[in-house]
Amino acid sequence: MKPPAFDYIRAAHLDEALGALHASGGDARILAGGQSLMPMLNMRLTRPAVLIDIMRLDALAQPRLEKGALVVPAGVRQAALLDRATLVDEVPLLAQALPWVGHAQTRARGTPCGSVAHADPSAETPLCLLALEGEVRLRSRKRARVVKSVDFFTGMMVTARAEDEMVEAIALPLRRPGTGYAFAEVARRHGDYAIVACAATVDSRRIRLAVGGVADRPTARDLPLLDGSALDDALNAFAWDLGAGEDVHATARYRRDLVRHLGRQVIKEALRCRN
Amino acid sequence: MPKLSAASRHSVSFTVNGVARSVEVESRTLLTDALRHGLGMTGTHVGCEHGVCGSCTVAIDGTMARACLTLAVAAEGCDIRTVEGLGLGPGRLGVLQAAFKRHHALQCGFCTAGILMSLDTYLRRHPDPSREELTLVIGGHLCRCTGYAPIVAAALDAAAELRGAQKHPEETAHA
Ligand SMILES: Cc1cc2nc3c(=O)[nH]c(=O)nc-3n(C[C@H](O)[C@H](O)[C@H](O)COP(=O)(O)OP(=O)(O)OC[C@H]3O[C@@H](n4cnc5c(N)ncnc54)[C@H](O)[C@@H]3O)c2cc1C
Ligand code: FES
Ligand code: FES
Repeated sequence: MKPPAFDYIRAAHLDEALGALHASGGDARILAGGQSLMPMLNMRLTRPAVLIDIMRLDALAQPRLEKGALVVPAGVRQAALLDRATLVDEVPLLAQALPWVGHAQTRARGTPCGSVAHADPSAETPLCLLALEGEVRLRSRKRARVVKSVDFFTGMMVTARAEDEMVEAIALPLRRPGTGYAFAEVARRHGDYAIVACAATVDSRRIRLAVGGVADRPTARDLPLLDGSALDDALNAFAWDLGAGEDVHATARYRRDLVRHLGRQVIKEALRCRN
Repeated sequence: MPKLSAASRHSVSFTVNGVARSVEVESRTLLTDALRHGLGMTGTHVGCEHGVCGSCTVAIDGTMARACLTLAVAAEGCDIRTVEGLGLGPGRLGVLQAAFKRHHALQCGFCTAGILMSLDTYLRRHPDPSREELTLVIGGHLCRCTGYAPIVAAALDAAAELRGAQKHPEETAHA
């Protein structure tokens, strides 16, 4: 339960971090909050040659508002975002979901960008990013690019990020008037990864439901403004299409049930708080 | 840009309970091991080494942190507080520790150091917590023998005493 040996670089500037990432030729990992990477190192599930610590980069330390989005750079910790008094007005969905990410002790260190880079299919932050149709801002030594959340998560802990790129920031669209947002999850204990997590946004045109913990990545579907049995049918179809599997935590049938029930619950709640 | 090679040992400096300390570590050394083996401070416990049990929790720059998920080299220059810093002096328990004793909030004590550090850190920022808030903080810890009710009761009691709402002066000294 001790990490394998690696070189450790404490980057003082963004350029240094990106240069080191480039120079390592795919053998380096970014170390952000360490709340997923350190357990993986301790269990020796990964053996990078180099760790690049980005938590002392001033340029990545502060969230900012920019063209209709809350931009959260890679150095911002989950707890810092949750402490942001304006978050409930800016991105109410994330304000609802963040308290479900681990425990106070892990949120004090972990970062929203780290969750997105890690891309656990049950994780709450990637789910919210997808529900809100946010974007991931990637940067390598040579170029910067923006990837839409729908295109970013490509499989079980696999993303569109290239090896020499870091997630510089995520951009979460700000609350729009007339849109309702809701989040709910079921886990064995509060603080555990979700068995199923659902996030919904509802406006005057459509329902958008995103589901985590079932498919190999967070998955969203847009629906017209259905209700009653038409909504039940649509939720049932979505639940089956997600291809639920069975593991020690839940059967496939239970997962489908959770998608139908939590899905309905968050859609109802998002409709209710639409204003 | 400091690059600390895997092949050699490095000196890392931080303050522990207000005292400047330096310790020789590898780049891969966990903060738990730097404290326990490097500095002989065995109050910080090690249970699971993957962030789940909470027994290694310390405060880093005033926030709760799993020492088992922190590299010692990443703590360079930080202000670290451990359970050894909670006592009022040799043989004298701090307010939180005394409340744990009064409420029988520990049996084997393995989980206690971590829980005390989470609560100490939390109460510094939230002096008047609700039971529910404390339950969530303690929810980041596993205790396998005491049960959580006495721990929550001790935390509420200690919070009241720290606010000046209650006093147990005679019990603060160690028997
Ligand atoms: C007990 C416990 C319970 C938890 N429960 C939950 C939970 O319920 N829900 C949940 O979502 N998470 C949970 N987590 C995980 C936690 O939220 C992590 O903080 C998060 O998954 C990763 O963020 P991090 O900053 O700690 O990243 P790290 O652990 O530092 O990194 C994780 C991975 O992402 C890469 N990475 C990190 N940042 C970047 C970047 N900017 N650019 C490129 N790559 C990067 C790293 O190289 C590594 O591969 C839990 C963790 C613990 C220990
Ligand atoms: S030893 Fe660190 S959380 Fe268990
Ligand atoms: S007192 Fe024994 S584990 Fe908590």
